[in-house]
Amino acid sequence: MKPFEITKDPISVQEVIDKVIHPDAGAVNSFIGTVREMTKGKRTTYLKYEAYIPMAEKQLRKIGEEIAAEWTDAKCAITHRIGELGISEIAVVIAVSTPHRAHSFEACRYAIERIKEIVPIWKKEHWEDGSMWVGDQLETTSYPKGRPESEGKNK
Amino acid sequence: MIKVLLFAGMQERAGKSEIQLDEPHLLVSEIKRKLENQYDFPQMFTGCLSAVNEEFAEDDTEVRSGDVVAFIPPVSGG
Repeated sequence: MKPFEITKDPISVQEVIDKVIHPDAGAVNSFIGTVREMTKGKRTTYLKYEAYIPMAEKQLRKIGEEIAAEWTDAKCAITHRIGELGISEIAVVIAVSTPHRAHSFEACRYAIERIKEIVPIWKKEHWEDGSMWVGDQLETTSYPKGRPESEGKNK
Repeated sequence: MIKVLLFAGMQERAGKSEIQLDEPHLLVSEIKRKLENQYDFPQMFTGCLSAVNEEFAEDDTEVRSGDVVAFIPPVSGG
């Protein structure tokens, strides 16, 4: 079982949840990221995700370590899909289990925010009339400190 | 040999995902300059992070033959 994974295949939500189920858990929080059709009035036809797979999996594990350091009772699993995804297909699933609910919400939220900061995955939006890598050009997320912060506890 | 990996828009612009540099050692900044000249693309690395052997690196990180350098444009996963 691989708790932190990049896959080319459709993601089973239940399989990700099953990775964090254990007897001490009283709460399992899951986040499911799906492909949105309309963004700022533009209609997406499909998305293409690409990753630097070995580093992306390493960075997902790092998020798991950050969560373990902050919420010591949490157990976390993340799967991110790459390749071409249609509208409403699942791009990412995060599951966090904890003994009590509050920490599972916090840690799950933390995980998705960190994915958007430190994991080398890129999406290319395809519209009816063109395409663009998100994060490219002027919509760019910038890194004011020159790199993602390693311990960005932004909970 | 230093292996350089390009992704997303940079990969499309360069027309390849991987470049081999036949050098014993270079700084990350020197690799950037080399590629900017090679592809005549002065702003190639604007907003871009660097990684050496899958760990984030700085412009003054030294890269040796056998290392893998990756240039990481702003990420957009999730």
